[in-house]
Amino acid sequence: MILHKTRGEKVFDLFNGILLIILALLCILPFIHILALSFSSSAAATSGKVAFWPVDLSLNSYQYAFQNPAFLRAFGVTLVRVILGLAIDMAITIFAAYPLSKSNGQMPGRTIFAWIFVVTMFIGGGMIPTYMVVTMTGLRNTIWALILPSAVKPFNITVLLNFFRQTPKELEESALIDGASQMRILMRIYLPLALPALATLFIFDTVFHWNEWFSGLIYMDMKANYPLQTYLQGVIIEPDFTLLDINEIELMSKISSKTFQSAQIMIATVPILIVYPFFQKYFVKGLTLGSLKG
Amino acid sequence: MRAKKARRKGLLIDKGLYIMMIPALILVVIYSYGPLFGLVMAFQRYDIARGIFGSPFIGLENFRYLFINPNFPRVIWNTVFMSAMKLVFRFIVPIIVALLLNEVQQIRFKRTIQTVIYLPYFVSWVALSGVFINLLSPSDRFVNEIIKALGGEPIYFLGEPKVFPWVMIITDTWKEFGYGTIIYMAALTSIDPSLYEAACIDGASRFQRAWHITIPGLVPIMVLNGILSLGGLLNAGFDQVYNLYNPLVYSTGDILDTYVYRIGMQEAQYDVATAVGLIKSGVSLVLVSASYFTAYKVADYRIF
Repeated sequence: MILHKTRGEKVFDLFNGILLIILALLCILPFIHILALSFSSSAAATSGKVAFWPVDLSLNSYQYAFQNPAFLRAFGVTLVRVILGLAIDMAITIFAAYPLSKSNGQMPGRTIFAWIFVVTMFIGGGMIPTYMVVTMTGLRNTIWALILPSAVKPFNITVLLNFFRQTPKELEESALIDGASQMRILMRIYLPLALPALATLFIFDTVFHWNEWFSGLIYMDMKANYPLQTYLQGVIIEPDFTLLDINEIELMSKISSKTFQSAQIMIATVPILIVYPFFQKYFVKGLTLGSLKG
Repeated sequence: MRAKKARRKGLLIDKGLYIMMIPALILVVIYSYGPLFGLVMAFQRYDIARGIFGSPFIGLENFRYLFINPNFPRVIWNTVFMSAMKLVFRFIVPIIVALLLNEVQQIRFKRTIQTVIYLPYFVSWVALSGVFINLLSPSDRFVNEIIKALGGEPIYFLGEPKVFPWVMIITDTWKEFGYGTIIYMAALTSIDPSLYEAACIDGASRFQRAWHITIPGLVPIMVLNGILSLGGLLNAGFDQVYNLYNPLVYSTGDILDTYVYRIGMQEAQYDVATAVGLIKSGVSLVLVSASYFTAYKVADYRIF
């Protein structure tokens, strides 16, 4: 298409490229700094010698992190939460979105039901009343407090609903003539065709459950029940030594909290960073579907 | 045809469709609609021992208490200021970056840059607070070392009330802009390539092509994005502020959500905290409804 570049264009391309590289570096260098800190000796880290490359390479911080029972427990809580939460969220989303993707003729009352879900995107009781409902339903101090109150995600339901609607009607009609039930039609026809949307929701829900920390903070009385991010929040923001047991205090005295923190930040972040590029092509598609329809 | 006829007779209404929705309906009723009843606490002198049904009603006393308290108007101002600035940056930066990326011809370079710039979006504010507390502390060798090298005084970014809101605005933009460009990059692919070809033949420069083809192609999405984002004006970013603020910067950094958390969860003033929450929800509802209605009118946007 472009045959000849003028000199001005070449200069522009050069500057544009440099600018974009700087932007990308701005996004990634903070993480590289933390990564370098986590692999450095505590002396080098506290004296501020570490930039983007480890100084006095040391694996101590990671060793301590993985020997720290509180950290491992929190990691375990998060793993359980991600698996259970994903399974429940996806099932809820699919089984709510499918009926709502039907016409009012095929499913009387469909529009009203859809609004029942959508309205909750805009109104809610807020922090305190929600806290009280979670307490009243007995979820406090159980893993369900991290899962059930947020299991219905109206935004995800609308994304999938809109995706389902693009499936050609003829497929369903011929299946109905063959006597298939709606459940069967959903499983055999709609779900396989909705894979890009499902992959998008899957990755966002994984990120949600992995990163969410606030419900752990307010619904769990014991630190032992904290998910990883809530535990990490305690380590970074308000290191409370009364919460640590003797072993942990001993560990803390041996290594600088700076490298230890950095190692824990990396461990809590890297799994997500490994996963998301693989889903890139899906969520570009899914995102545009969810928020924009021509 | 047979299917159509059958549907008219009502034969195709499958009970299975309703049964599927039951779990979602139960959860939404309990955890989304249930808390709405708790809002009556805003009009009570709430007493934990007596609960919602036994606590006395005191009319608008909690609201009066809030408005005579000098903290509250300040919290509202902090919220609106921080949030409005974030909206502006979140709106402008992705458009500029998408336009610049659009000028890149090497696909692999373009894709790599894209992948890298939305990396921060996927990292939690908890982990990022650890990153920024390190990076911005006066003792760290980066930001403040650079300032010193340029002849400036080190700045205590997270402890200086004048600076703190801007740290929130800039770090928020840093986290979100890459993700924001996705939508524009997707929209760019739907612009008819023949427009560019025609412009080339007519001798339009690259700047002219961007100005007359690319930007007009993005306008509908810019408008829609801008309108819809206005509904979030009172969400100034709890996760971020809570994990980065401290008592030194409450005067400029405290926002509605952190205020609710402190007076509600930490000081156990459930009634006053609920009153704040109610004000926030009420105003947000109006804003969101207005923005969605405008989006519907202007861009024919529908939720479902």
